[in-house]
Amino acid sequence: MIFEKPTPIRDGFGKALLELGEKNPRVVVLTADLSEAIRVHWFAEKYPKRFFQMGIAESDMMGTAAGLAVAGKIPFVTTFAAFATSLAHTPVRVSVAYNQANVKIATSHGGVCVGGDGATHQSIEDIALMRVLPGMTIVVPCDANEAYKATLVAAEYPGPLYLRLGRVATPIFTNGNTSFQIGKAQVLEQGTDLAIIACGAMVGVALEASNRLRQKGIHARVINMHTIKPIDQLAVVKAARECGAIVTIEEHSIIGGLGSAVTELVSEKCPVPVERVGVRDVFGESGEPDEILSKYGLTAQNLVGACRRVLNRLGRGRDV
Amino acid sequence: MQTTGTQGIDIDHIKDMATQIRRDVIRMIVGVGSGHPGGALGAAEIFAVLYGGVLRVNPLNLKDPHRDRFVLSNGHICAAFYSALSLAGFLPREELNTFRRLDSRLQGHPARVKLPDLVETSSGPLGQGFSVANGIALALKLDGSRGRVLCLVGDGEMQEGQVWEAIMTAAQHKLGNLTLIISYNGLQIDGEVRKVKDLMPLKAKFESFGWECAEADGHDVVSLQRAFMASPMVDPTGQEKPRAVIAYTVMGKGVPFMENKAMWHGSCPTPTQAEEALLAIGKAKGFEDYPVLSNRTMSKKKGGRK
Repeated sequence: MIFEKPTPIRDGFGKALLELGEKNPRVVVLTADLSEAIRVHWFAEKYPKRFFQMGIAESDMMGTAAGLAVAGKIPFVTTFAAFATSLAHTPVRVSVAYNQANVKIATSHGGVCVGGDGATHQSIEDIALMRVLPGMTIVVPCDANEAYKATLVAAEYPGPLYLRLGRVATPIFTNGNTSFQIGKAQVLEQGTDLAIIACGAMVGVALEASNRLRQKGIHARVINMHTIKPIDQLAVVKAARECGAIVTIEEHSIIGGLGSAVTELVSEKCPVPVERVGVRDVFGESGEPDEILSKYGLTAQNLVGACRRVLNRLGRGRDV
Repeated sequence: MQTTGTQGIDIDHIKDMATQIRRDVIRMIVGVGSGHPGGALGAAEIFAVLYGGVLRVNPLNLKDPHRDRFVLSNGHICAAFYSALSLAGFLPREELNTFRRLDSRLQGHPARVKLPDLVETSSGPLGQGFSVANGIALALKLDGSRGRVLCLVGDGEMQEGQVWEAIMTAAQHKLGNLTLIISYNGLQIDGEVRKVKDLMPLKAKFESFGWECAEADGHDVVSLQRAFMASPMVDPTGQEKPRAVIAYTVMGKGVPFMENKAMWHGSCPTPTQAEEALLAIGKAKGFEDYPVLSNRTMSKKKGGRK
C-alpha cells in the first residue's frame, strides 16, 4: 500500500490493520465508539471476531486490552489521543506499562488540528504523558505512508507502544517503499547551518521552512523524528555537533514532548542553542486547522523566526 | 474425620489451609512492619478454596493453555494471595520472608513483571484488575480455551467507575467463562461502605446488568466452593452469562480484636498483638509456618527461585 496524494495519517493505520488482520492472527482491535474516526471500521468488517467494540469506556477498554495482551494477543486499542492518554492514564500506567503488556495504543486527534471540536479534543499533552511512563515507546508518523509502515512494525515490536495519528489530510513526504525502523530518525534534507527536528504533521512545515531558508542561502538539516521514545540519540547528537543549533517543531505542548526530549539530550551530550516551536503552555480552541496553526505559532513563518532566533544566539542570524 | 465437598474436595484440608493463610498473613505483615491484614484475613477461605482445589492450575505446567486464571484486583490483600501460592506449591515457603522488602518478587501490591507466570496483572489502584480479567476471558474465548477466569475484587472497590464499565463489558461480550468474586466485608478505610457510598442492593444490580449473581458465606468453604464451581447460566438467546459471587466476609476474621474494625485495613499489629493474633488463629494441622530467615540468608536468597 502506497499513498501518493495528501491523505489523513489515520488512513495509513487503518489500511495496515487490514493487512495485519490477514497475516497475524494474534492481532485484535478495540475501539471506544470511534471505529470510523480512527479507521478501524475496515478491520471490523473483515475480522469481526477479532474486533471488540467497547463502548464509551476508555479506561475499561485499556484494561481489557492489557488482559488480551497478557493472554497472548496483540491488541491495537484505539480512540482519540486525549481520551487514551489522559482519561485512561491510570490503566495505561498500571495495566499496560507496568505490566509491560504488549498493547499498541493508536490514537487520532493528536495536536491542535482537530478543528472545530476545540480544546477538550485537542491533545497537546499526550506525548508528555506517555513519555514519562517507563518502557513506553512513542511513534508519531508524519504521513499516511509512514503510519502504514509504523503500524506493521508496531505489531512485531515487543511491549507497549503509543502511535499518534493525525486527523486531517496531510501531504505525503515519505516513500512507501523505504524501510521504517523504530528509533531510527530519517534525514529528509541535508544541511549543516542548523538542524530542524520535527515530528508528525509538522514535518511538512519543517520542509517548507527549510525551502525558505535555502532561498536565503541557509541550509538546514531536516530530521523526521518519528520516534520520540526511544529517541534517536545518535541523530540528535550528530545534528548538534555538525550543525551547532537546533530548532524543534511539534504539534504538541513545548513541555514534555519532542522539544523537551531533544533539549534534555542535547544539554547532557552536546550543549548547543535549541529553540522549541510548539503550543506554548496554553489550551487550544475551535477554528479551522490552518487558523489554529497560525494562531498558535505552528507555521513555516514561525519556524523560520525560531531559526533566526537560534542563529542569532550564535551571532549567525543576520542573513535570515 | 474427613469431610468432602461437592467436587470431592477435602473440606477439612481447605479449612486448615485457611488457618495457615491467616498465620502467614500476620507473620508476613508483622515481619516487615507494614501491610494490609484486615481484608487478607477476611479472604483466607476464598484463597484456600481457590488454591485448594477450585482453580485448575498446576505448578508444574504454568503455561497450560487450558489452565484457569486468577486475577487479584484488590491487590492490597496480596499477603493472603502469596501465602496461598506458596501453600499450593507455586512459591517457596521461605520466600514469604521477603514480602515488601527490597528486591523481592513479593511486592506490596502484586507486580506482573516480578511474577509473570503467577500474577496475571499488577494491581493496586482499585478498579483496574477486573477489566484485565475481562480481556483475558475474551482471549480465552477466541482461543477456544477451557480455562476460566476468576477475579477477586473488594466491596469498596466496587465504588470505582471502571468496575461498572467492566460489568457492562462482561455482559455485552457474554463472558460465561468469567466469575467475579466480591469479598464483601462492608468496610473500607473511612468506615462502613454503606455510609461512605452504599452498593446495595448489589445482587439486584448485577442481575439488572445481565449477570447471574450468587451469594455465599465467605467463611464457609462449602458455600464458596459451590458458588465458584457452578456452571454458567444462559440467557434467553442461549448465550452464557458472566457470574458474580458476593462472598460475605468479616474484615480481620479469625483475630477477635481485628474483626469488623476498619482501622485494620492497612495497619500493622505490634509484635505483642501479632502473638495474640496467632494464638487466636491457632495452629494448622497439615501445614507448618514458613521458616524465618535471618536478614543475611534473605539477601542471599533475593528474588527467591529464579
